[in-house]
Amino acid sequence: MKDNISQKSFEEAYDQLKELVEKLENGETDLEESLKIFEEGMHLIDFCNKKLEDAENKFKELLKNDKGDFSLEDINT
Amino acid sequence: MYSNGNDVADFDLINREAITVTELTKDIKKLLENKFPYLWVKGEVTNFKKHSSGHLYFSLKDAESQISCVMWKNRNRNLLFRIQDGMKVLVFASMNIYMQQGRYQLNVQQIRPLGKGDLHIEFEKLKKRLDEEGLFNKEHKRDIPLFPQRIGIVTSPTGAAIQDIKSVLQRRFPSLELILWPSAVQGEGAAEKIAEGIEAFNQYAKVDLLIISRGGGSLEDLWPFNEEVVARAIYKSEIPVISAVGHEIDYSISDLVADKRAPTPSAAAEIAVPDREELLKNLFTYKDKLIQLIFSLFTVYHENIESLKASYGLRRPVDKIREYSHRIDDITTHFIMVVKNHYNAKQLKINNLLGRLKALDPQSVLKRGYSITTLLPHGTIISQSKKLKKDNIINTRFAQGSVESIVKNVKST
Repeated sequence: MKDNISQKSFEEAYDQLKELVEKLENGETDLEESLKIFEEGMHLIDFCNKKLEDAENKFKELLKNDKGDFSLEDINT
Repeated sequence: MYSNGNDVADFDLINREAITVTELTKDIKKLLENKFPYLWVKGEVTNFKKHSSGHLYFSLKDAESQISCVMWKNRNRNLLFRIQDGMKVLVFASMNIYMQQGRYQLNVQQIRPLGKGDLHIEFEKLKKRLDEEGLFNKEHKRDIPLFPQRIGIVTSPTGAAIQDIKSVLQRRFPSLELILWPSAVQGEGAAEKIAEGIEAFNQYAKVDLLIISRGGGSLEDLWPFNEEVVARAIYKSEIPVISAVGHEIDYSISDLVADKRAPTPSAAAEIAVPDREELLKNLFTYKDKLIQLIFSLFTVYHENIESLKASYGLRRPVDKIREYSHRIDDITTHFIMVVKNHYNAKQLKINNLLGRLKALDPQSVLKRGYSITTLLPHGTIISQSKKLKKDNIINTRFAQGSVESIVKNVKST
C-alpha cells in the first residue's frame, strides 16, 4: 500500500528516533557509537520538524475513467 | 379570632394524627411507582434540552396535559434519531418521584419516533442480520494507522462534513494528502455511490485510511449509511475505515461495521491523525533527552581522563592516556559541531550545556577560581585532604601561576 512513498515517512523517522533514544538510554554504546546515534537522532528530529512545519495539506479528487484507471486532480478551494 | 378549649383539644388531636411531608411523599412515591412500573407513553416533545452532562431533558405533552421526562446519558447513547421539539414520540419509561422537589418525572428507557416506525424496524432487522453474520465482530476490525499520509474521504464535496474534516486535519497535521471521492450522501442512489467510493479507494490502494462521513440530518437523511451495500463495502475494505455520520447521538450501521466510529466529522479527523503540537512537544523532549544523555556520557569520559591523568606515576603508559584524551577531544569537538548544527544559538539551554562541556577542560575550571593541588615530588592530583600528611610539600596551580606550600595541618572535612 505504501509502495508510492519513496522518501522516509514521518512515522518511520519518528519510530526510528524513539528507538535511538532508547538505545542511548540503555547506556550500552561507547562514546563514538553514542555520538553517531546522537547525530542521527538530531537529523531525524530535524526531518520530523520539517515535516510538521507550516505545511499545507494537499487536497485532491480521485477520478476513475471508463477503463478503470485512476488519476488525481487538484481541487482548489 | 378567639379560641375555646374545644378547638385547642381538636388541634392537638389533628397535630397528633397529621403525617409529615416526607411520610406523605413516600406514600405517593410508593403508590405511583408501583402503579406505573414500566409503560409506553405517547406524546409530543417539548422543551427538549441536552444537558452538558449528556442527559436529555424534555416534556411530553398532548392537548391537555404535560409530563416531564428525563433520559439518562447511558440510555440515550445509541439513539437512532435526533429528538426535537414538536416531534411525536413513543417512550418506554418508568415513573419516578423526586421527593426532595415533590416532582414526578418519566425516566425514559427507550424512545421511538411515531410514524417513522418503518425505518426503525428495517434498521433493527438489518442490524440483527449483519450482527449474526459477524460484520460487527471486533476481531475483524483493523487498527487505524498512527501516522497516515494519504487519507481517502468519501462524502459530499459541498457538505459541512468535508469542510470540518479539512480544517481539523489542517490544524492537527498539515502534511497530508487528502483525496476525495465526491458522493451524494442522502437520497436515492447515495448508498451505492458511497459503496462505489469505498471500492474505488481499495482498487486505487494508495491511501492508508478512509473516512466516510456526512453531517447531521434526519433519520431519512442519514439512511444511506444504514444500507447493506455500504455495510458490505466497509466490511470488505482492506483499508481501515472511520465512519462519522451525523451527530453524536446518531448511530448508523456503517458506524457498527467500520473499524472506528467517530461521533462527528470533526472527531473523525481528530481520530485520524495525531496532534501536531503534541508531536512537536515530543520531538523537543527527545532532543533534550538526546543532549542530556550524550552530555552525561561525555562527563563520564572526561572524568575518566582526569582520573587517568591523576594516576600518572602508577602503571599507566603516558602515551595511552594522551591518545585516549586526544580521541575524546576529537569526539567532543565533533559533538559540539553537531549540536551547533541542530540547535540555533537562541536556545539557551544548549548554550548552557556547551558551556558546561567546556567547563570540563581543567583550564576553564581554573578560570572560574578553582585550583588544582598536586603532591610533590610526583605531582599526583589531590582531591581528598586525607591523602596528605603534615609537612608534605604541595603545589597549587591557579589559572595563572602556581605556589608551593608545606602542609601545616590536615582536616578531614
